[in-house]
Amino acid sequence: MAIEPAGVSLPDNTPGPVPASEPKSTGPGRNRNVLRSVIDHSVTGLSILATVVVLAPLVAILGYLLFKGFSSLNFAFFTQAPRPVGEAGGGMANAIVGSGIVLAIASAIGIPVGIGAGVYLAEYGRNGVFANFVRFTADVLNGVPSIVMGIAAYSLIVVRQHHFSAMAGGIALAIMMVPTITRTTEEMLATVPGAVREAALGLGIPKWRTTISVALRTASPGIITGCMLAFSRVAGETAPLLFTAFGNQFWSVKLGQPIAALPLQIYIYAVSPYDEWHRLAWAGALVLIVLIMASVTLVRIFAGRGVLKGNS
Amino acid sequence: MINTEPSRTRLPAVLATAKNSDGARDEPGEEIPQTISPIRTFLMGRSSGAGVDLLFYGVMVLCAVSIFVIVLAIIFVLFQNSALSRHQFGFTFFKGQDWDPVSGLFGAWPFIVGTLLSSLIALVIAVPLALGVAIFVTELCPKFLQGPISFLTELLAAIPSVVYGLWGIFVLVPLVRDHVGPFLLKYLGWTGLFGGLNIGVGLLTAGIILAIMILPVISSLTRDVMRAVPTSQREAVLALGATRWEMIRTGVLRNARIGIVGSIILGLGRALGETMAVTMLIGNRAEVPHSLFSPAHTLASVIANEFSEATGDLYLSSLIEIGLALFAVTIVVNAIARLLIWAVTRGAPARVA
Repeated sequence: MAIEPAGVSLPDNTPGPVPASEPKSTGPGRNRNVLRSVIDHSVTGLSILATVVVLAPLVAILGYLLFKGFSSLNFAFFTQAPRPVGEAGGGMANAIVGSGIVLAIASAIGIPVGIGAGVYLAEYGRNGVFANFVRFTADVLNGVPSIVMGIAAYSLIVVRQHHFSAMAGGIALAIMMVPTITRTTEEMLATVPGAVREAALGLGIPKWRTTISVALRTASPGIITGCMLAFSRVAGETAPLLFTAFGNQFWSVKLGQPIAALPLQIYIYAVSPYDEWHRLAWAGALVLIVLIMASVTLVRIFAGRGVLKGNS
Repeated sequence: MINTEPSRTRLPAVLATAKNSDGARDEPGEEIPQTISPIRTFLMGRSSGAGVDLLFYGVMVLCAVSIFVIVLAIIFVLFQNSALSRHQFGFTFFKGQDWDPVSGLFGAWPFIVGTLLSSLIALVIAVPLALGVAIFVTELCPKFLQGPISFLTELLAAIPSVVYGLWGIFVLVPLVRDHVGPFLLKYLGWTGLFGGLNIGVGLLTAGIILAIMILPVISSLTRDVMRAVPTSQREAVLALGATRWEMIRTGVLRNARIGIVGSIILGLGRALGETMAVTMLIGNRAEVPHSLFSPAHTLASVIANEFSEATGDLYLSSLIEIGLALFAVTIVVNAIARLLIWAVTRGAPARVA
C-alpha cells in the first residue's frame, strides 16, 4: 500500500513526449513524438469514456428503480398479500416474510457449516492433501451456476419429499452461501498472528477454546463481513428457488409448504402482462435492493466497530 | 528486621495482584508472586479438555467434509437423473438441432449456440470497457476518485440478476427495439449479423445485459492483477522515455496479460451460467438463432423456463442433462481462470514490496 503513491504520482510527473530525446528534429522523428503524444492522450480519453459508459447503466438502473419503485410503493405493499389479477391493490407482504424465512433457514445452516469448514482449513488442515482438496471443492461449489443448484436441490430434496417447500429453498441457498463463508473465514483466520494463539495455549486453554475465544474472536469482523457478503449474494437469488421454494400467492409460513420469496415474485410479476403486477415488481425490486444494500452497510458499520474491539 | 522488610513490602503487592485478577498491576517490575493466582487455580481445576478438543475437531472436519459431500451429491444426482436422456440420445444429444417435447425429440444444439453467442456478445462489449475502467482506476485517475469508482463498479455486482432482468424488460428492450437495433442494422447490416425481425428481446439484448453484469467481475479482477505488477516495472519503462500509454502497454498490460485473460475467462464463466436476466430478455425460442436479433435460449434459460412445466421423464431428464453439461463447462472454465489469475497474483505482495 505504501508503494501506491509513488506508482500513481510518477506518471503525472512525466511529460508526454520526452523532450530530451530529439530536441530540434523536425523530420519523421518529431512527427512520431507528436503521434505518441496524441495516442497517449486519446487512450486517456478512451479510458475515461469507458468509465463513464460503465457507470451510466448503474445510474440508469438505480435511478429508474428509485423512480419506479417509490411511485409504486405504498403501505399496502408491506401489509397485504397479492390480490387476484384484475383487482387493483395488494402487496407482497407474504413474499417479504417468505424471503425472510428462507434466508433465515439458509443462514442457520450455511453460516455454521461455512465457518466450521473455514476453521478446519485454517487451524487444522492447513496445507494437507485433504485441506487442499476441500479448498478445490469449495471453489467448484462456488462456480456452480445457480440454476444448476436449483435442479440439484430439486432432485435431492423436493423429489424425495414429493412437494416443494420453504425448507428445500433454504437448503439450496445455504449450499450457495457455504463456499464464500468458508474461504473468507479461512483467509481471516490466517491473518490472526500465531503468537496470539500460542499465548492462549500457553495459559493452558484447550485448543477448541483458543480457536473460538481467541482466533475466531479476533477475526470476527472479517468473518462477519464474509457472512454478510454471502447473505447479500443469495438474498437476490431467484434461480435456485424456482423449483424449490416455488413461490406462493397466498400467506404461508410453513416450512414444509411452498413459500413466496421476493426475487421469485419479482420474476413472476415482471414477465406477466399486467400493469398492476409490473408496478408491484418495481416496488418489490426497490425493497429487495434496499434490503441488500442495508445489510451490506449495516455490516460495514458493525464490522468497523468490531475491528476496534479486536485491537483493544 | 532486614530480612522481613522485603516480605512485608511484597505482601500488599501479592494481595493486589490476587484481588485484581483482571490483570491490573500496582507495581510493574515486581517479581512474580509465589502464591497461586486465582486464574491459575481456575485453570488447574479444569479437566484437560482433550475430549472436548476431539469433539470440536470432529465437528470442524465434518463441516469440511460436508462441502465435499455436497459437490459429490450434486454431481451424482445430476448424473443419475439424466441417465434416461443420456442412454436415449448418447452424445448426439449435444448435436441435435431439434427440441420438440411433443414428439419426444431433444437436442441441445440450439441452446449451446445461444449460450456461446450471448456470452460472446457480452465479452465483446464488456472486455474493452472493463479494461478501460481498470486502466483508468489503477494508472490514470486521481487518488481521491479510485475508491468511489471501485465502489460504484462493485455496486453493479450487488444488484440481483432478477432486477437486471426487470430493468432490461422495461428499459433495455424498448431501447434495442427502437434505437440500437435500427442503428446497427443501418450501419452494420452488411455483416449479415443483424437481420430478421427486431422485436427487442433476443440474443443482442441478452448479451448487453450480460455485459453489464460481468463488467464488475472482469474489471475488479483486472485491477487486482494490474496492481500486482511491481512499480519498478512502471518506473523502468518511464525512465526509458515512454509516454504514459506506452508505459501501461509495455510495462503493465504485458506483465499482467495472463491474469487479465484469466479474469476475462472468469467473466465468461459468469456469463455462461447466468440465468434470470437472460431468461427474461432472450426471447425463449428453442431454435438455432440466425441473427443477433433472433429470440433464442441459453442452456440456463431453457432450464429456468421449462423445468417446472416439463412433462414426462425424458423431458425432465433432458433438462437435467443440460444442467449437467452447464455444470461441467462452468467448472472447466472457472478452473482455467483461477489457474491463470493465481499464476500472476501468487507472488504479488512479495514482489511489490
